[in-house]
Formats: sequence, structure tokens, C-alpha cells
Amino acid sequence: MARTIIPFGPQHAVLPEPIMLDLVLEDEKVVEAIPSLGFVHRGLERLVEKKDYQEFVYVAERICGICSFIHGQTYCQAIEEIMQIPVPPRALYLRTIWGELSRLHSHLLWLGLLADAFGFESLFMHSWRVREKVVKIIEATTGGRIIFGSCKVGGVRRDIAAATLQTILKEIVAIEKDMHEIVDIFLEDSSVKQRLCGVGVLSKDDAYALGCVGPMLRASGVAQDMRQLGYGAFRDMPLEPITRPEGDSFARCYVRCQELFQSANIIRQAVARMPEGEIAVKVTGNPNGEYTARTEQPRGEVVYYVKANGTKNLQRFRVRTPTFANLPALVTLLQGCNLADVPILVLTIDPCISCTER
Amino acid sequence: MPYFRMAKLALKWAVRKPATHRYPFEPREVIALSRGTLVFAKDKCVCCTVCRKKCPTGAIGVNRTQKKWAIDRLRCISCGYCVEVCPKGALSLSTAHGIPTVTKDQEIYQVVTPAPAPKPAAAPKPVVAIAPAPGAASA
Amino acid sequence: MSDEQTYLSLPPDALLAKVRELREQGWRLVQIGATPLGETIELNYSFDRAGKFLNLRLSLPAAGAHVPSVSSIYWCAFIYENEMHDLFRVQVEGIAVDYKGKFYKTTVPYPFSSRGPAAGVTPSGTVVATAPATQPASVGGHRPPLQKSTAPVAAVYDRQSETPAPSSSPSAPSA
Repeated sequence: MARTIIPFGPQHAVLPEPIMLDLVLEDEKVVEAIPSLGFVHRGLERLVEKKDYQEFVYVAERICGICSFIHGQTYCQAIEEIMQIPVPPRALYLRTIWGELSRLHSHLLWLGLLADAFGFESLFMHSWRVREKVVKIIEATTGGRIIFGSCKVGGVRRDIAAATLQTILKEIVAIEKDMHEIVDIFLEDSSVKQRLCGVGVLSKDDAYALGCVGPMLRASGVAQDMRQLGYGAFRDMPLEPITRPEGDSFARCYVRCQELFQSANIIRQAVARMPEGEIAVKVTGNPNGEYTARTEQPRGEVVYYVKANGTKNLQRFRVRTPTFANLPALVTLLQGCNLADVPILVLTIDPCISCTER
Repeated sequence: MPYFRMAKLALKWAVRKPATHRYPFEPREVIALSRGTLVFAKDKCVCCTVCRKKCPTGAIGVNRTQKKWAIDRLRCISCGYCVEVCPKGALSLSTAHGIPTVTKDQEIYQVVTPAPAPKPAAAPKPVVAIAPAPGAASA
Repeated sequence: MSDEQTYLSLPPDALLAKVRELREQGWRLVQIGATPLGETIELNYSFDRAGKFLNLRLSLPAAGAHVPSVSSIYWCAFIYENEMHDLFRVQVEGIAVDYKGKFYKTTVPYPFSSRGPAAGVTPSGTVVATAPATQPASVGGHRPPLQKSTAPVAAVYDRQSETPAPSSSPSAPSA
């Protein structure tokens, strides 16, 4: 059978970000997928040579728009661990609240893109309508809709007043009601199920061996979530990872939907337990040493390796983002699938190409 | 029934006011903390150049000898770092978005208050490239 | 807040045996990273099992650095090894899926293989009016010079308050 090679990307209908996949097709079946990266490569890892370690938080936040806050938080955690800075507990709780708000908006964005990928555009619009409420809370507390600008080495830059926290709680109740509405459609509508069930099955051993992280791993039955490591406020609030045994696209959709409600609960718990105190400590001196900070982004486990040698510029800064770890899984899943399922499979790893290519 | 959930949602929103609002014909909702454009109060500035040092993108330029303060609006990311470090409170962030522009210019302000006797500069300070505009340079 | 992290230094020929041992014990490959340090390059192989974090550290001379591939043991390592090759000039022998340098499309080959300013970067400290001469080299080719602002355009965006006519002419930084 003759083979055709179709370039999927870098501009394509699935994501606003450029991912390039050369699909080798036999009729409608994909035989092989060849990824190539570099379209959004900004070389951010080399910027440590020019920006000092405190200014670099701004660059770290801007690696990606959707997962921006947790990038900044992980960077600050790495530096704080090297310099042994005692971050005040209020700052840890505030970071956790913003991190979970970030997760809410990211998952809602993903749900919208997933609906768009199988053509359900009105559901896409409704998901983003709910996301707009979350983004408004973020803007009301940090000043920016997507790039929060709230983390700094040693704590956070701005506080949330007690009255604002109560408003957030009320808003979360309204947001949860809306989320229930759209999650019901995602999980029960028969047209959605026809597109998602049985598509891209990844068994538990395969997922672990391929190095998958995040909801990809949890939807194949492996209960691993970096929030169990106990960073930030999670040392006081242990959580159970949400898992599903099937490992297909529907399971991944289910895991992300349930994580929405889990995040809303975490925000409620964090607001209830919010300690008083200051929000940052003064940081002097330069870091010396190395550390690898790992946190749970909406897409999975992000690894920040930071190496410092006593000067104000870091020696090495390496980010391994969750999408990069999920790419081998994508290449495996795409082999043997139908052409029409390619957008669903690309989205099911929740790709964030700006993160991947730094 | 799973078949009619989306229909229910669609009908509910068919009769409601739309969730979007018709910007720019309707004013957008202003959120108090929103980080917009930087506002410079030229009568409070003493040209200490701390804002220039702290700006992560290099959008601010200060010329101590000529007492000029300049900002490149397209480089400013509205992070608010300069607002935090300014010792005289000459900088603040308004909630207005930046206006679109087709040229990359710098806004140059002449600082009105004379600074105290400037300390002898240790090294030539790299400053904003200010070319005197044809005709006049001071406001 | 810190989790348990261990760093093990290994000579390059002990790498494959150790990685095989870790695979049998059920460790998950987290990342493979490279740190260029001037004369040497350090490779970090990170593994995770139930929250514990283990790093294997190899130190190689920067010129002609080469390692055997671990993708025969962990298939997913091909992604990290291709990246290491494309960005850091580390030759990895025997990658399971080898893109032969075409994985990362960059204008400059092996962009991270050395420290120091990349070509065309403006000297730090100058806030430059955006003159074409001082623009950093753009990836992908030459960018045509910007138009100078003309009076009618400037007048549309009414910036009367205390600014002289905005100028975007190229000018050298003055002390």
C-alpha cells in the first residue's frame, strides 16, 4: 500500500501552539509519527547568564502562559532550597491557592480545546466561559490574567486580604456549579463518548515505562502525584491522586475533570487554614549549590534543576516540562490510529509546546 | 437523559444575556488591582536610577545629567517591580491598557524637580539613547 | 519541604549496567540533562521511585563527549538523548529513534554547547532606541529595518504631556 506523508503542523487546527508532526499514512491509518520541535525555542535556559537569580523569576514565569505560576513557584522553591531560606507559612498557602487556581484555569482551557478538537464548539465556548470566572479571580488578586507576577524568591509579592478570600470562596461555589454542568456533558454525552472511549489506550506498564507523567499516568492506573511530596501547603493537606484504570482518552478526560473539583476543595481548605504572618523574607547573598525541585503542574511533573556557584548568575538552569516527558507516549499512541483521531491524541497529552521548547 | 443535557445548557444560554460583552462599545469591567500602564509623576522623581536597574526588560532609561526619564512602552511588561522599589513613589500602575502604536518610540519626560547635587559619577553611565528632537528637547 | 535526593557519580562505562539495575528495581526515568561547564560537561540521569529521587552523574570532557544510549533499556530516553545531541553536541551512540540532528530546529547548530553571549546580543545596561543596527540577530534571517516615525503618525497618538516629539532615530548611547 502506498504511503503518504502529511505534515501535521506547525500550524494546525488543534492547538494555538506549533507542534510539528510528520504523519506517515497508509490510507487513513497513521503508520508512524515523526515529531520535530524548535518553532518556539527561545533558549531561555541560557538567559541565566544575563539575568541574576532574583530577576530570573520573571523569565521562569514566562516560559509558558498556561502553566505560568507553577513555573515561577518551582523556580523559587529550587533557589529557596539551595539558600535554605525559611519561607513564611502564609506565603506557602498563598502560593498553593494561586497554584490551584492556575490548575483550574488550565484544565478548563484543556477541556475547551478537547471539545473543539472533536468539533463540539459550543461546549468549547461554555468551558471557556467558566474559565473566564477563574481568570477574573486571578486578575483581582494578582493584577494579571495569565502571568501572575506574584512569586518571588523568599515568598510572594502581594497579599490577599481576608475579605477577598471570602469573596473567592463564594465565587468558587458558583464556579463549581458551572463546572458540574459542563463536566456532566463531557462525561455522559454519547457523542463525546463515541470520540473518546477506546481511543489511545495506554496500559499501566506501558505508561510507567514510557515515562509518562501527570494525568496521562494517573489515567492508566498509576497513583503518582508530585503534590504528595509535600511542598508548599501540601505538607499540611495530603491528597489522594485521582486515577482511572482504563487508560484511554476518556479516562484522561475523567481524571482532569475530577481534578477540577479536587482543586476547588484544596482552595477551600487552604483558605480555611490560612495562617497569619508576613508574606516574604528578605533575601541577601548568592546561592551556591544545586537542587532539583519537582512540582505538579496541571500537565504533570515538572523538574527544575538549578546549579549555582556563588555568583549572582546561576550556572545552570534546566527545566524538564511534563509535555516533554509525555512525547514518547504521543509517538507511541499515534502509531496505528486513524487520521481523524490525531487531534484527540495530540490533545490528550495536554501539550504545552512553549514549555517543551523553552 | 444524556442526550439532552447539552440542549438544556444551550437553551438556558439562548435566553440569557450573553456572557461576553461588546467591547469597545461597552466599557470593560475594571478590576482594581489590574496591572496596566505605568504612570510617571515627574515632580517626584529624583533620578536615583533604581528603577532602571530593577527593570527586568530594560524598558526604563534614566539620564542623570540631563534629568530625563524615558520608558519604552512596548518593552514594559507591567510587572510592577519599579513601582515597588521607587523610593519617592513616583511610579504607579494604572489599570488602563496600553494604547496600540505602530512605531517603537520612547516616551521621554523631563524631570522637573532639580535633583540634589549629583554625586560624581564613578563610571560613564550607559543611558537611554535620547536624540534631541528637531526643534526642542524640553517641555 | 525537601524530598530525598541522592547524587551518585559514575564513570561512563558503568552507566549501562547501573541503568539496567535501576530498571529492574522499578525506577522511572525522569529526565536526562546536560550541564556545560567550560572544559567538562556533566550529564545527569534522574530517576524516581515512589517519591525518592536518584541522580546518576557523569562528567565528560566537553570536546568529543560521547555516551552510550540507554534507550535500549528505557525507550523513552530517545527524546532526551536527541535533545542532548541537538543542543549540547553530546554524541550518543545507538539511540533507538535517532533523528540525526533534526529533532530541534535551530538556526545555530548546538546552541547550548558553550557558555557566553550568543552572537548579536546588545551590551547590557543600554536602553536602546530600537535602531536596526543594535537589534539582536533574529532567528531565521534578516529583519528589514524599521520605519522611522513620521510626524503625522506621531500626531495621531496624542502624547502631548511633557514629551518632546518622539524620536526613533538610531543614536549612540551617551554617558
